[in-house]
Amino acid sequence: MSLLTVLILAAALIGIGLYGALSQQSFVMLMMGFELMLNGVLLAVIGFWSLGTGGTPKGQLLAIVVMAVMAVEMAVGFALVTAVYRRRQVDTTEGLGTLKQ
Amino acid sequence: MSPIDLAFFVLAAVAVLAGWRVFATDSMVRASFLLLVSFIAVAGIMLLLAAPYIGVATIFMMAVEMMVMALFMVAFMMNPAGLNPMMMVHQDRLAKVAGLAAFVALTAAVILTDLPDRAVSADASVIHDLGIELLGPSMLPFESAGVTLLAAMIAAVVLSARSGRFGPSDEGSRPPGLVPGGDPAGRIPDDERSDKTESGHHDEHES
Repeated sequence: MSLLTVLILAAALIGIGLYGALSQQSFVMLMMGFELMLNGVLLAVIGFWSLGTGGTPKGQLLAIVVMAVMAVEMAVGFALVTAVYRRRQVDTTEGLGTLKQ
Repeated sequence: MSPIDLAFFVLAAVAVLAGWRVFATDSMVRASFLLLVSFIAVAGIMLLLAAPYIGVATIFMMAVEMMVMALFMVAFMMNPAGLNPMMMVHQDRLAKVAGLAAFVALTAAVILTDLPDRAVSADASVIHDLGIELLGPSMLPFESAGVTLLAAMIAAVVLSARSGRFGPSDEGSRPPGLVPGGDPAGRIPDDERSDKTESGHHDEHES
């Protein structure tokens, strides 16, 4: 386990998450893609903190900020899914045509 | 290969495989639990990386989050149990190319970069240091994260509430027309839709 392998794993998670976020039709699955990307980011931050900076406490603070971003993304995302479903009765991206033209 | 290396590679394989299966399984509930498996594997790697606080916090946070996600799946989505085969993707090839390109580009960047090599010492009291940092020099960013979470909670309530303070948010609103006085370009307001007879190309999904 070195910084190189940790960062490559983080890159793999970000790639998978990007695939999910771009390809999924269902809103909730799309958000899973975002979560997976943020997961990779979190791993990269912790990897840099642990193996690159010699354990500066500010590195863990950055990781906590990333976790707050994750929580905000989840909360606001699900609220948006609820709001959209209430107005339009759709749960997939294909169901929304308002911004198409 | 040391036991830590072995554990790392096993956890890395679990994280990547579970992450990939999230988008390949039929059942959406199963997908959210696979995502949870991926998160727990990453949290295990964080424990190996001498970050016990962040790792354990990730496990707790993700366990709750994935339960919420599974509940939303059952509430909103069709086919939560995965009884029928299902493939709900669009622009599949573009997405695969983009994901692979992101992985290759980031990996190339990692390999080509001269990475620092200063590991955290084995006897460092990382949680103690983190606590001092959070309630000391870095209190402002930490509290800002807390205020951001509060704002996100309020935003979630406002967005998901059935109506705003003065009734539905888009009641009576009408987008401007393409030509002066003409039909609006996007969605036709709900109260006008019933007497519209056009079989418009833009309205088919919304009724």
